[in-house]
Amino acid sequence: MEPRIRIEFRRVCKRFVARERGTEEVTAVEDVSVAVRDGEVVSIIGPSGCGKSTLLNMGAGLYLPSAGEVYVDGERVAGPNPHVAFMLQKDLLLPWRTIRENVELGLEIRRVRAAERRERAMALIERCHLAGFERHYPHQLSGGMRQRAALARTLAVAPTVLLMDEPFSALDAQTKMILQQDLARTLAEEGKTALFITHDLVESIVLSDRILVMSPRPGRIVEEIPVDMPGRDAPIRRRLDARVGPLAAHLMEQLHIGEPVAAEAH
Amino acid sequence: MAPGRGLAARAAAGAGATGGTAAARPAGPRIGLAGGGAVAASVAVLLVFLAAWEWLPRFFDVPAYILPPASRVWSEFWRMLAAERLLHHSGITALEVVAGFAIGSLLGALIGFVLGAAPRAELVLSPYILALQIAPKVAFAPLFVMWLGYTVYPKILVAVLIVFFPIMVNVLTAIRTVDPDLVNLARSFSATRWQIFRMIEYPATLPPLFSGLRIGATLAVIGVVVGELVGGNSGLGYLLVFGEGQGNTAMVFVTIIVLTLIGIVAYGAVVLAERRVLHYLPRAQHRTV
Ligand SMILES: Nc1ncnc2c1ncn2[C@@H]1O[C@H](COP(=O)(O)OP(=O)(O)OP(=O)(O)O)[C@@H](O)[C@H]1O
Ligand SMILES: [Mg+2]
Repeated sequence: MEPRIRIEFRRVCKRFVARERGTEEVTAVEDVSVAVRDGEVVSIIGPSGCGKSTLLNMGAGLYLPSAGEVYVDGERVAGPNPHVAFMLQKDLLLPWRTIRENVELGLEIRRVRAAERRERAMALIERCHLAGFERHYPHQLSGGMRQRAALARTLAVAPTVLLMDEPFSALDAQTKMILQQDLARTLAEEGKTALFITHDLVESIVLSDRILVMSPRPGRIVEEIPVDMPGRDAPIRRRLDARVGPLAAHLMEQLHIGEPVAAEAH
Repeated sequence: MAPGRGLAARAAAGAGATGGTAAARPAGPRIGLAGGGAVAASVAVLLVFLAAWEWLPRFFDVPAYILPPASRVWSEFWRMLAAERLLHHSGITALEVVAGFAIGSLLGALIGFVLGAAPRAELVLSPYILALQIAPKVAFAPLFVMWLGYTVYPKILVAVLIVFFPIMVNVLTAIRTVDPDLVNLARSFSATRWQIFRMIEYPATLPPLFSGLRIGATLAVIGVVVGELVGGNSGLGYLLVFGEGQGNTAMVFVTIIVLTLIGIVAYGAVVLAERRVLHYLPRAQHRTV
């Protein structure tokens, strides 16, 4: 039996209308079709401004597509819905809430009972290696720990699909590898589906089952690359695979990185 | 007792200029946390100041009706307690300050939140808000006295008007500058408009609201005093005018000092409340007392 599709973009376009005079209508993404199966982790890479974040926001129901449809768990997305949760480069922790209260945010918004909220938050704080910090405030944590807390908050609402927009790009190299490892293990253990945006080519290779390459704006999917390597649940091990280097080189070529005249000139 | 128009006008002009100051968090001197040395030095400065006040006027032969020495002001203080009902007048002024400050900040915060949630309304109203903000609020004092008579109400009303703007502007700006990604985060959890306000926007405006309240606390005293200078027979502003009429400089000094004390208590109360409410802020940001 074919595994079920968790999130699907069907021929999605997004145009931003010109609000102020002197600005033109921007077509951010054009005719994008993506389907992510249950338990699959798919990365999207592409030049800056090609519409990756726009695509993710449509998945979260924050923007509606100008044309085409988005489906999550077979339901058409018409606004924010409980199946998805997103995580950004910014941790977006509320400075006036403790770590535990921050992790509980989504549950509180969804009116989960206080006792249950607390229980779920504490379990996730534990699993994200933040035990002992639940009563700290965000400013008392390092950048890596704050991002762990953001991950815990994302997982707390038990989404079927995680949408992640460069979640680790603000971290130092070592912290990043550790968090990648933790994320990959969690995704594998819980069988979560994820759409992952990154500018880090190696990150896309070590974390995902499939990589989608987007063109400059208006963004389209120009190539789909399955990552046929073991260890999707252990990126640190996968990083040592001999096939990572050549694949990264291929991605660089696809993105025209290192060519004399970059396509991003306009 | 006829109010001294000259003094009132001068005070009004001065207060008008102060009333228009920007609503930014004041970068006050950092006292208190630097250790006992700083406290001792502060006390020493006070003692030197008092000594200079006591002896320099005599040394330079300044007459007491221009600059009464400290001891003269001190004895005047005791005389006023007994003969001029100083406590009664201080109580009335303090009450007016508290009422004006409370009503003004409540209204300011409320309107700030409402306009923050309704950008259209703000766009329509902004020229008038700006005009009112620029108008010297204390100049309304005579008008309010004409409307409401020699009661406490015109004084409270001046204070309300003068306190209102810095707080409203701070709240409005803060709501406008809430990180849209935070709002999107809440939205992605299917938050209602009210939940977004209660969980994100409202707490995010608290630090700027408190800087507005600090400014408001000092402005409230100015508003009340100007109201009292303009008309009435109670409150410290009245005592100022009365002392001026009597040519009693020491009395004016005592009144100014008591007014300052009321201002300090009001400001201190705001700072204490701020420390409790904004306890989550990193330490360094706290030391602007
Ligand atoms: N709310 C908006 N209004 C108008 N234009 C927008 C809006 N959001 C995005 N855009 C435009 O859409 C295009 C794609 O933006 P998007 O943020 O999706 O790019 P991205 O691929 O995520 O870039 P980066 O890799 O730098 O994060 C950009 O040209 C941007 O200017
Ligand atoms: Mg982006």
